[in-house]
Amino acid sequence: MAAVTERSRLSDFMWPALAWIVALVFFFPIFWLVFTSFKTDADAVKPEHLFFFTPTLENYTNMTENYDYWRFATNSVITSTFATLFALAVGVPCAYAMAFNPSKHTKDILMWMLSTKMLPAAAVLYPMTFLTKNFLGIFDTHFLVILVLCLINLPIAIWMLFTYFKEIPKEIIEASKMDGVTTWGEIKDILIPLAWGGVASTALLTFIFCWNEAYWTVRLTTVDAATLSKLIEGNRAPEGLFFGRLAAVSTAAVGPIVVLGWFCQKQLVQGLTFGAVK
Amino acid sequence: MKSLRNTALGLSLVVASAPFAMADGHAKELTIAIVNNGHMINMQKVAEAYTEETGVKLNWVSLEEGVLREQVTSDTATGGGQYDIINIGMQEAPIWGAAGWIEPLEFGADYDVEDILPAMRAGLSHEGTLYAAPFYGESSMVMYRKDLMDAAGVSIADNDSWENVKAAAAAIHDPDNGVYGACLRGKPGWGDNGAFITTVANSFGASWFDKDYKPQLDSPEWNAAVNFYVDFLGTYGPPGSEGNSFNEILALYNEGKCGLWIDATIAASFLEVDGVAYAQSPNAGNPVGANWLWAWAMAVPAGTPNAEEAKAFIEWATSKDYVQAVGNHPDFGWGSVPTGQRASTYALPEFQAVAKFAAAEMAAIDSAAPEATDLKPYVGVQFVAIPEFPEIGSAFGQEMAAALSGAKSVEDALAAAQAAAVAIMDEAGY
Repeated sequence: MAAVTERSRLSDFMWPALAWIVALVFFFPIFWLVFTSFKTDADAVKPEHLFFFTPTLENYTNMTENYDYWRFATNSVITSTFATLFALAVGVPCAYAMAFNPSKHTKDILMWMLSTKMLPAAAVLYPMTFLTKNFLGIFDTHFLVILVLCLINLPIAIWMLFTYFKEIPKEIIEASKMDGVTTWGEIKDILIPLAWGGVASTALLTFIFCWNEAYWTVRLTTVDAATLSKLIEGNRAPEGLFFGRLAAVSTAAVGPIVVLGWFCQKQLVQGLTFGAVK
Repeated sequence: MKSLRNTALGLSLVVASAPFAMADGHAKELTIAIVNNGHMINMQKVAEAYTEETGVKLNWVSLEEGVLREQVTSDTATGGGQYDIINIGMQEAPIWGAAGWIEPLEFGADYDVEDILPAMRAGLSHEGTLYAAPFYGESSMVMYRKDLMDAAGVSIADNDSWENVKAAAAAIHDPDNGVYGACLRGKPGWGDNGAFITTVANSFGASWFDKDYKPQLDSPEWNAAVNFYVDFLGTYGPPGSEGNSFNEILALYNEGKCGLWIDATIAASFLEVDGVAYAQSPNAGNPVGANWLWAWAMAVPAGTPNAEEAKAFIEWATSKDYVQAVGNHPDFGWGSVPTGQRASTYALPEFQAVAKFAAAEMAAIDSAAPEATDLKPYVGVQFVAIPEFPEIGSAFGQEMAAALSGAKSVEDALAAAQAAAVAIMDEAGY
């Protein structure tokens, strides 16, 4: 009995300690990024100034003086928000159809959608540039960035939504059908409220993926639709990496998404770990 | 004093924009793709006066060097139009000019093209036609702690022998007190350790290719040069040199940890320690190619509908008057004027007063030789102006870092680099 109590005390201490260690390991890069952003470029590479240095806002001042940070940030907000909304607008009906009215090809379609993520982006850079610049005339527009972000994140969104919807008993949907509820009504009044945690976590993850996307947002934009990824990319100097200024730009770029994740962590964790219906 | 400065600024901006009064009335937008170089960042502010004067709105797009190359090539391949002006380096200028990807540049008499340093003009031209105008240029030279050398009773002369330089480094090498004899680039990359080692190899009489573009990394000259480099840096360099390039060594030097440093001439303007002196690059019997040559330049990509406005802007941004505009700008001053570009800049007393390294830098740039010779049958000093070079140079840089760290012998590293170069050149159809 005493041994069991002791083991229980040990695990009471061990697991939280382990959780703290893991959390600190994951948080450390973010902390170090913010920490470095207050160092000069010279201090950032000096071992003796690893922890002790005179903090400066010089990197942030230079960033706002030399670059139109708010233009990049506004573009990131617009493109990520609309791409997420469109991904959900397409993804929810799609996942609904596959979860509740599956055909014999549903699994194949799901696998095919996932396989599109395996296509190396560089392989389609030229056709994408040609089509959007010379044929469609939508190069460097919000519309193009939203479209691309929506399409590249759609497979993951559909997969996630499909997994959550599958957990909802089919009988609930069938009962609503018997009561004369329309398909739109089933999605709006039954499916989404029941799978709200899953839909929210899908939306959050899609938004994070859109915000962080750097290959296409750098290459399919010039000025008008350039996002924060392009701001970071443009701060890599030919003489090498100036860590102080890069840390400041990166902090300003990831800051909003980290704050958003912090506020929504409950929904995020709930959606990712427990599924839609418990 | 302030009003005098503002008057000078106003005057220089008026003079600077005078040749482009014609552009007025054709208010357009120019999109300029730039690398994140300090001079280009400053230009964004200085050019506000150009927009005011001509009505041409300037959109600046800062890109990482590799991404910029990729964007420009994909833009050119799809008919152009994304950018009106691009930053390119000396490696691309002759290649892209020959391929017709960038437009030839011709400026008015007031521009004084002869004032552009001859080595820069040669490196940015193809068959005598200028394809890119330099906004900043550099060579390499020795920057050393004269105080330490004097105390040790040794000295370094211009164009000294490598053996003398090594002996001087040995005399001041004092790792117990945190001073290393020599700090040199070791970080892999064709523009990092590749650039420095190539200048050492040139000075040993080695060349990347023969006249048929067959790789020559298995030659005795390469072997001698790389053995010297590995021994020199391995013995008298700071630990972990295989991770050091410009930024890392600059920090070490300013902490007083480097006895001598051979690197870009621009480094001299960032040195904060006292007692620094300069010398022209050492050699092992062949001074041609012992110091590198590089420029960041502005070019007009083929396919832009705003070619005339773009050329007018480049004419302004690389003119003598632009130098005056930067020198008299309240936010910048004479320490921030673009260097390695025009001979007239080095003659300005205001510039000489703030740039103690000016004479050494100009001598280094003047002596750099990018032209093809019998010994080095290709254009370029620390690179070869062919499209395949960045890939070959990157593989070479990795092998050299492996040799420096002791993971491979010099012979094995050179053999691997030679095999990579042969494979890449074969695939390219040479």
